[in-house]
Amino acid sequence: MNYVIIGNSAAGIGCVQGIRDKDKTGKITIISDEPYFTYSRPLISYWLGNAVTDENMKYRDRDFYEVNNVDTILGKRAVKIDAAVKKVILDDNSEVAYDKLLVGTGSKPFVPPSPGLDETGYFTFMKYDDAKAVKQAVTPGAKVLIVGAGLIGLKAAEALHEYTENITVIDLADRILSSILDEEAATIMQKHIESKGVKFFLGTSVNNFVGKTAHLKNGETCDFDILIMAVGVRPNVELIKDAGGEVNRGIITDKSQAVKGLTDIYAAGDCTESFDTSIGENRILAILPNAFLQGEIAGKNMSGQDFMYVNAIPQNAIGFFGLHIITAGSYSGDDAYEVIDGDSYKKLFIKAGKLVGFILMGKFVAKAGIYTSLIKEKIPLSDIDFNLLKDNPGLAAFSRGRRDKKLAEFH
Amino acid sequence: MSVNYIPSTFAVLRDTDRCIKCRACERQCSNEVHYYDADFDKMFVHEEQCVDCQRCVTICPTKALAIIENPNSFRKASNYSQQLILENYRQASTGAVLLSSMGNPQDFPVYWDKMLINASQVTNPSIDPLREPMETKVFLGKKHTHINRNPDGTIDMTEQSPQLEIKYPIMFSAMSYGSISYNAHESLARAATELGTFYNTGEGGLHQDFYQYKTNTIVQVASGRFGVSKDYLDAGAAIEIKMGQGAKPGIGGHLPGKKVSDDVSKTRMIPKGTDAISPAPHHDIYSIEDLRQLIFSLKEATDYKKPVIVKIAAVHNVAAIASGIARSGADILVIDGFRGGTGAAPTRIRDNVGIPIELALASVDQRLRDEQIRNEISIVAAGSIRSSSDAVKAFALGADAVYIATPALLAIGCHLCRSCHGAKCNWGIATQRPDLVKRLNPDVAYKRLVNLVHAWDHEIKEMMGGMGINSLEALKGNRLMLRGIGLTDKELQILGIMHAGE
Amino acid sequence: MKRVYVNENRCLGCHLCEYWCAFANSGEDSIVKAFKLNKDAMPRINVEDSGEIHFAVQCRHCNDTPCVKACITGALSVDAEGLVSIDTERCVGCYTCVLTCPYGCIVIDEKNGGKTVTKCELCVKNAGGEPWCVKECINGAIVFEDRSKIL
Repeated sequence: MNYVIIGNSAAGIGCVQGIRDKDKTGKITIISDEPYFTYSRPLISYWLGNAVTDENMKYRDRDFYEVNNVDTILGKRAVKIDAAVKKVILDDNSEVAYDKLLVGTGSKPFVPPSPGLDETGYFTFMKYDDAKAVKQAVTPGAKVLIVGAGLIGLKAAEALHEYTENITVIDLADRILSSILDEEAATIMQKHIESKGVKFFLGTSVNNFVGKTAHLKNGETCDFDILIMAVGVRPNVELIKDAGGEVNRGIITDKSQAVKGLTDIYAAGDCTESFDTSIGENRILAILPNAFLQGEIAGKNMSGQDFMYVNAIPQNAIGFFGLHIITAGSYSGDDAYEVIDGDSYKKLFIKAGKLVGFILMGKFVAKAGIYTSLIKEKIPLSDIDFNLLKDNPGLAAFSRGRRDKKLAEFH
Repeated sequence: MSVNYIPSTFAVLRDTDRCIKCRACERQCSNEVHYYDADFDKMFVHEEQCVDCQRCVTICPTKALAIIENPNSFRKASNYSQQLILENYRQASTGAVLLSSMGNPQDFPVYWDKMLINASQVTNPSIDPLREPMETKVFLGKKHTHINRNPDGTIDMTEQSPQLEIKYPIMFSAMSYGSISYNAHESLARAATELGTFYNTGEGGLHQDFYQYKTNTIVQVASGRFGVSKDYLDAGAAIEIKMGQGAKPGIGGHLPGKKVSDDVSKTRMIPKGTDAISPAPHHDIYSIEDLRQLIFSLKEATDYKKPVIVKIAAVHNVAAIASGIARSGADILVIDGFRGGTGAAPTRIRDNVGIPIELALASVDQRLRDEQIRNEISIVAAGSIRSSSDAVKAFALGADAVYIATPALLAIGCHLCRSCHGAKCNWGIATQRPDLVKRLNPDVAYKRLVNLVHAWDHEIKEMMGGMGINSLEALKGNRLMLRGIGLTDKELQILGIMHAGE
Repeated sequence: MKRVYVNENRCLGCHLCEYWCAFANSGEDSIVKAFKLNKDAMPRINVEDSGEIHFAVQCRHCNDTPCVKACITGALSVDAEGLVSIDTERCVGCYTCVLTCPYGCIVIDEKNGGKTVTKCELCVKNAGGEPWCVKECINGAIVFEDRSKIL
């Protein structure tokens, strides 16, 4: 069997592990336009902030490709999939034949057009090379402007804080981290980040750039030396779209991660849509664990096993300047439980007698996985001691039977 | 409120250089002696609540604790000990009978310690038990004076009395479910089963879960008749009628209603929450003839298949009583000495009523021999058999087997703090509190009981071998194997032994 | 592979396992030193108490290893036997594993201000042999057994 994987990040690596779970001998080729050994994209901000070395950027041990018998074609971009003849065509016109193909092309930064933007020059913050470019450019005390107060923008802010205290972040939304935090949590986090000297302009956007000055819609201006555009990302769907596969915002797959409308082609990771069981709809869950798990499922199915990817939910674990956030699921519910204690915040969202989502911050993040399991396993709260659990996440709140199953048996 | 006259009995020593404030002592003390003070970031104690059970000392991960007697002392007097003064204070404040538990702690003579065992030299050579076969198996029950043989030469067993076969001459004496915990009972039952000996239900009935150990269970019938039913009698390999207990001769028992939990109520077959009162006498036994009626009622109910045991406390005229019992149809007699343990007894009774097992055993054995009815009944000595050498001396004084309880409890963690009546046993033995009962792990405890009996048996065989004896039968009543030391002529006469050097 | 299991019927909630665990992973040669010199020694085992219920929990070394799959750095890994271990040098303290572990068994290492997480590694990196929680349990409640069925 001849496996080809486009993409050398979490989904691709998950796929290798999924394949090798069963098929120890089939040929595996990884193609990536980046020239690096597999590295962890979420670590670029840590690397920029000097918290992680080049060596530790590696997502897997040095001998991963040898141990798993993987061929790599690095630094070349796959430009076309010829599904009819089962070939991938690279940017140097070479061709790579496959029996089973995984597309794990990830996503790319979305940069909305803005007058003067291209002339003034900017950075994005997705890849190792982006971080390297920023590191090259940044000087101590430099004025930094970050457009976008999402995960990427704020992680960049945190990293750059190692170089300068002169950081401004602007976002169209009226709160930071609007995709994962509610108002209360966002306010706490914003105050925390502001206490480190980072300034925010919220509820506004850039009207136009003039030289190294941004003119905002609210009339303010903001000077900068370094501009980082972190407004959002878009999935890389073109290869599949051109090959005739089904694409919505992201690539559409079935539960075995096979791309709809194509044969022997699978997709996984940030370029795909997942079925979010917490809301019962398809959406893009651009997070690393999801990418790995999808890749692994794809790999297992590509190697002839039969596995389904179920129970995907949005989930995030991230920290800024030492204040941690863990969130999961959906924030729509008919009931909620909320505690605020200084920087610490907890909100549990309940719908139809089940936990559907949560936001945890500060000291409340410990044992968050217990709540995650309640969402994923869809356990009715009436089956557990929710009064105990809402303050003390633990297995004590589960019935003896459930607990014995978890603790006394090997899983 | 007025001044409390009673100082704490113990002092808790804590080496603060070692204490890591893990608070295990606090979590594990049912008497709530230890506590943590967050303001001082330090452990403190309410030492007046300490009973010196040693739980905290034992589990402390840094060995930072020691319990000692409170060095505070009242003015010394031989007549009025501090203990006596305190007891009077206590009674003056409560108006109640003093309660105690476990064996008599007073300084009475222990005759076991005043008897020495013989060993062979040159003639009648000693035997190495590791090389030679050694018999410590015992059959308890009536031994008939003559036997009839079947045509094929085998013994006609239909005419023989039922026998209790025990692989070791050591059994676990009666401790009721109620006085000790479920886990303690389970440990005893499993150990008896593995050993091929017997444990005894005591007067509290038999928990349904333990019917599975029936081949190694002695079921007791006491004055309260708790938990006695046809099934219960059938669940025993033998039936024991409890006439008395060494620790509290002449009185009954009282399990307060609050200890009669759901499970205890089911097992005792009494309503939940009601006091379980064992009368002082059996209300249907006022004579040996009455006792004989009960014995035969029980035999009738169990098809004459099981030996019936009668247990009495060692009291002044024990020999005459034993003679009556030997003629009553009972198969086995248990004599319980006054140093025997108890889960709760009035202090004055425990400390002042009854006589030592050594004297009672010797006089009973002698009396039955004199009357030529020794074969009518087997004798089990109980009430402070503390070691294998006590047991060997008991055999030489005439016992067929011994009952042990305190050593069995020691084996499973008892530290003899003598606070059983408080029902807060930190070792999970003398309590019904689920959180405390949990502390006794039967998987561990039963193995310790098995170990104890194996160890004693090894020692018994070693001592027997030294005397040149290879069968317990040959040791039984063999008083030439004993010599007294520091005893009066009268004591030697009652024990039926010569003085050392004679 | 042998794993650690707790028998809830036997667990007394004494919490001693937590202290022995912290000691075992402290690098000190006595439990007194571990707590007197090394004040924030962190246990990787946690005793949950709720009324009369007590039980110790630590990493189950489960078959699914959601924490390993979720780890963004590769710090968490599972060996061929099934032992899940962490390379704290590679951990950046993102807590994705905390989010994922259904047993609540990834421990935030308060000792370094939460910069990394830590977890039970069955004492293979310290004294080895039998895990300390098992060795020191005063009631035989924590056992080290192979309950995996050969699939």
